[in-house]
Amino acid sequence: MTPTEYEYLRKFLRDHSGLDLSADKQYLIESRLLPLARKAGLSGIGELVQKLQGAGASALVTSVVEAMTTNETFFFRDKVPFDHFRDTIMPEIIKARAGRRSVRIWCAAGSTGQEPYSLAMSLKEMGAALTGWRVEIIATDLSQEVLEKAKAGIYSQFEVQRGLPIQMLMKYFKQTGETWQINPELRAMIQHRQLNLLHDFAQLGTFDVIFCRNVLIYFDQDTKINIFNRLARQVEGDGFLVLGAAETVVGLTDTFKPLPERRGLYKPNDPRTAAAKPALAGAAPRVAVMAGR
Amino acid sequence: MKTCLVVDDSSVVRKIARRILEGLEFEVTEAEDGSKALEVCQRQLPDAVLLDWNMPVMDGFEFMGHMRRLPGGDQPKVVFCTTENNVAHIAQALSGGANEYIMKPFDKDIIADKFAEVGLIPVGQAMV
Ligand SMILES: C[S@@+](CC[C@H](N)C(=O)[O-])C[C@H]1O[C@@H](n2cnc3c(N)ncnc32)[C@H](O)[C@@H]1O
Repeated sequence: MTPTEYEYLRKFLRDHSGLDLSADKQYLIESRLLPLARKAGLSGIGELVQKLQGAGASALVTSVVEAMTTNETFFFRDKVPFDHFRDTIMPEIIKARAGRRSVRIWCAAGSTGQEPYSLAMSLKEMGAALTGWRVEIIATDLSQEVLEKAKAGIYSQFEVQRGLPIQMLMKYFKQTGETWQINPELRAMIQHRQLNLLHDFAQLGTFDVIFCRNVLIYFDQDTKINIFNRLARQVEGDGFLVLGAAETVVGLTDTFKPLPERRGLYKPNDPRTAAAKPALAGAAPRVAVMAGR
Repeated sequence: MKTCLVVDDSSVVRKIARRILEGLEFEVTEAEDGSKALEVCQRQLPDAVLLDWNMPVMDGFEFMGHMRRLPGGDQPKVVFCTTENNVAHIAQALSGGANEYIMKPFDKDIIADKFAEVGLIPVGQAMV
């Protein structure tokens, strides 16, 4: 790969997905894109770059962007954020929303679904406390491929053994041969949508809780700031933002403040930022009404 | 240092498990079947048992039943680790007193996750 080709791809990725590659990530590009180029019948990275610049490359653009995303995820990843969800976030929401009895949750980079399904299982485990509530979980991701897998909710034996307690596997999954599929009732709690965080997301409406974990780490500082500022407009004044273990707003923006003693948890700083709520547009949201047990 | 008893009739599996568990800072002892494992437990109960199901002489499920009836035998965390990967076996193990269940093949990440799940190691250690 020539330096010019590398620079082209760096800029291309920054523009399309926000991925911010340092100057020495040629090996990463090669390991991810060479197989893709071969499969497309191209001789190598050089020809791939040429094709990307030509007309009618949109399918190729998509597959290059998706091939460069890191989709690694586990059920209940890092555990602590899900403890916070159960012990801090939801008790507060249940109190604050007792009148309207509804909660909206957004998984802003849901990947193959482990994160949104972990939230769905947590909510189920809360049982009677949420009986009769309207629960909406929207899981979005840039990559169509991971969304398809998330929608199907089918996982390998290896995947269901990462982070998922065995009791939950027994309770919420059905085994079919070598794979495990999450129950229809939980699948129905989640609405999957393709969404690029670089683009406008105001049309999603406002949320009580936003999980945006392990995606901003790939972006440069300006992109992070821009996304934090736009996320602040989508979270209720008394809502929560949850970030990944290596992510923080500190030093980047004052639209959110970290909660003391609650690692990874943030609240919007000025309740007024969420005051002007855009009306919820788009297709009728899929809303699961929690059944009693 | 916490102790873990690895019970498996395959010496290869025991060796792999030992290496992983020592990496997680366990002191490891081994047994090649349920009855040998029970002898170990009668001398001293470990903090954890990584337990195969199908073994000659005494299988893992029967061993667990005997061990649970020893004085203090409700204390060790039992993590099954077996090729029996169907719902019926998992349910049987759990109702018989198992704390977690690993379906073979396993690797370091799965062992770390499952051991963190039952509180044998801090969660952070599973996040490698
Ligand atoms: C490492 S996964 C994190 C999954 C999950 N949140 C977790 O913490 O386990 C990162 C995900 O972000 C997605 N992603 C990358 N760039 C994105 C963008 N610009 N907009 C939306 N999603 C993006 C990737 O497709 C990938 O599925």
